[in-house]
Amino acid sequence: MRFGDLLHLASESLVRARMRSIMMLVAMSIGVAAVVVLTSLGEGARRYVTGEFQALGADLLIVLPGRSETTGVQPGMFAGETPRDLTLDDAQSLLRIPGVERIAPLVIGSVPVSAGELSREVPVIGTTSEFLVVRNLSMAQGSFLPAGEIDRDMAVCVLGAKVRSELFPRGPAVGATVRIGDRRFRVIGILGDSGRSIGFDLQEIVVIPVSSALQLFNSGSLFRIMITARERDAMPRIQRAVRAQLARRHQGEEDVTVVTQDAVLATFNRIFTALTLTLAGIASISLAVAGILIMNVMLVAVSQRTSEVGLMKALGARGSQITALFLAEAVLLSIVGAGFGLVVGYAADWVIGRAYPALPLGPPIWAVVLAVLIAVASGVVFGLLPARRAARLDPVVALAGRR
Amino acid sequence: MIELRNSSRHFQVGEQLVKALDSVNLTIQDGEYVSIMGPSGSGKSTLLNVIGLLDRPTGGEYLLDGREVTSLDDDELAHVRARKIGFIFQSFHLVPRLTAFENVELPMVLAAMPPAERRKRAEAVLASLNLMDRAHHRPDQLSGGQRQRVAIARAMVMEPTVLLADEPTGNLDHVSGAEVLVALETLNARGITLLVVTHDDEVAARAHRHVRMRDGCIVTDETTGPPG
Repeated sequence: MRFGDLLHLASESLVRARMRSIMMLVAMSIGVAAVVVLTSLGEGARRYVTGEFQALGADLLIVLPGRSETTGVQPGMFAGETPRDLTLDDAQSLLRIPGVERIAPLVIGSVPVSAGELSREVPVIGTTSEFLVVRNLSMAQGSFLPAGEIDRDMAVCVLGAKVRSELFPRGPAVGATVRIGDRRFRVIGILGDSGRSIGFDLQEIVVIPVSSALQLFNSGSLFRIMITARERDAMPRIQRAVRAQLARRHQGEEDVTVVTQDAVLATFNRIFTALTLTLAGIASISLAVAGILIMNVMLVAVSQRTSEVGLMKALGARGSQITALFLAEAVLLSIVGAGFGLVVGYAADWVIGRAYPALPLGPPIWAVVLAVLIAVASGVVFGLLPARRAARLDPVVALAGRR
Repeated sequence: MIELRNSSRHFQVGEQLVKALDSVNLTIQDGEYVSIMGPSGSGKSTLLNVIGLLDRPTGGEYLLDGREVTSLDDDELAHVRARKIGFIFQSFHLVPRLTAFENVELPMVLAAMPPAERRKRAEAVLASLNLMDRAHHRPDQLSGGQRQRVAIARAMVMEPTVLLADEPTGNLDHVSGAEVLVALETLNARGITLLVVTHDDEVAARAHRHVRMRDGCIVTDETTGPPG
């Protein structure tokens, strides 16, 4: 049999059995569309997070106190040895490393913040004026922490937008005084609405000078030091220099962890790729279900058309030709169904993209290819059983079927 | 030439052995016109199916044009069937979703014949049966007689040597039935071997040789007309 004739005969019988074909097309399209939409959401989330990180600047190094390795525990931890503090002096010493552009030390604690009768417990971040640039923040009102000596203790603070509206529901906040812990601070600015932040809602923080924060928390150790480089290419060298510098200052002990933004980004990338894979797997189940539906419907079709199969055999059709005919129907259905599914999936994607413009949607190519392949493969696999059943029909019995 | 030697077709139905065909000996020369009669269950349809290679005898020999065919595998049988044998059924067995023309094309499609050749042959056969104006109608738009003539066209298009008709007029009125028989007899007159299974004495009487069956055996076999 010629291939064109095979397609013609198969499509002819699909068109004639309209309802049955439509049902199978719908099932197959839902499966493919589900893969497209779900992987698109996963991929969108990944791109969103990646974008957030990149907005922070890819030329960012982060120093953490303590040595954290993913591959084991340091012997010191068993000996009860605690890592040395990461001090303000440590932070300042890093500025001397060539290529370092800015540093922003970070202390974080949670203390009650009150203005008049109103009080709230919010994260308080102690840092320097450089923080504004390093983390790409904007100001809504007033000014950020003043530049100057890093260890100068000043009683000024900057409020997140939400903290501001909660503590000062009426009247201006800038110039007013708030009590943070047991000390009083003058409000000098309000942070803008930039949502660009990982781990913190920047609307719900209070920022104070780092030395004030160390006193307030009664601590000598920084939580983080953020470092930006003048150029990206210098990053590995600066990373090594930072590690060496701090080791020198800590009596040769390498007790800090220096991670690059890229490393953090890579971790998030892995997490979200795994998420997308999971979603793709879940969506594939609906593809398999569609395949089983195709098998059922094809089995019914075979039993409805036994006399036709008998006739084909009487006309000299070989078993393989009968198999090919029924298989072609199943495969045609799954290909057309996959096509519809792609259209529906991309359309749904577009609608979701309209509703949430911040999400950079778009299914990954591998997921689209995989969905179509699985759709066609399930057409073949689940079409094969009914087709072979048709091919094995005894022509005498099959022909007698309609008499 | 069709030669059955001690051919049997036995079925096991539960405990019982049904002898649909029991040691039948039958030789039919090329161009003969044979009627096969007998009560229901006498084995006449089984005989036709065995001759048409749709059913395998469980015993004996079957030589078609001198070739032993009982030992062929399914694909080889399909090939022989496609080229040597044409079937006509009581219920026509046209594919309902295909037009008359496409139904006639079907055996040639299965044989992978080029479309131009198919077209030429199908048109010639349909024209010879006065069906050209019905070529692009579907079976449900045709009368019973027309349907059976389309089925004859389909059976003829591969130019077989044997035509097997199982109650070809069983579903037709008298006039259409007569038309169909004339069409079949015209083909026989051109040298094709024609076997007609029927209940109808009038139909059987038109044949030149008359085989009667009972309980899987041939009981009478008379030649009345001109030899084939």
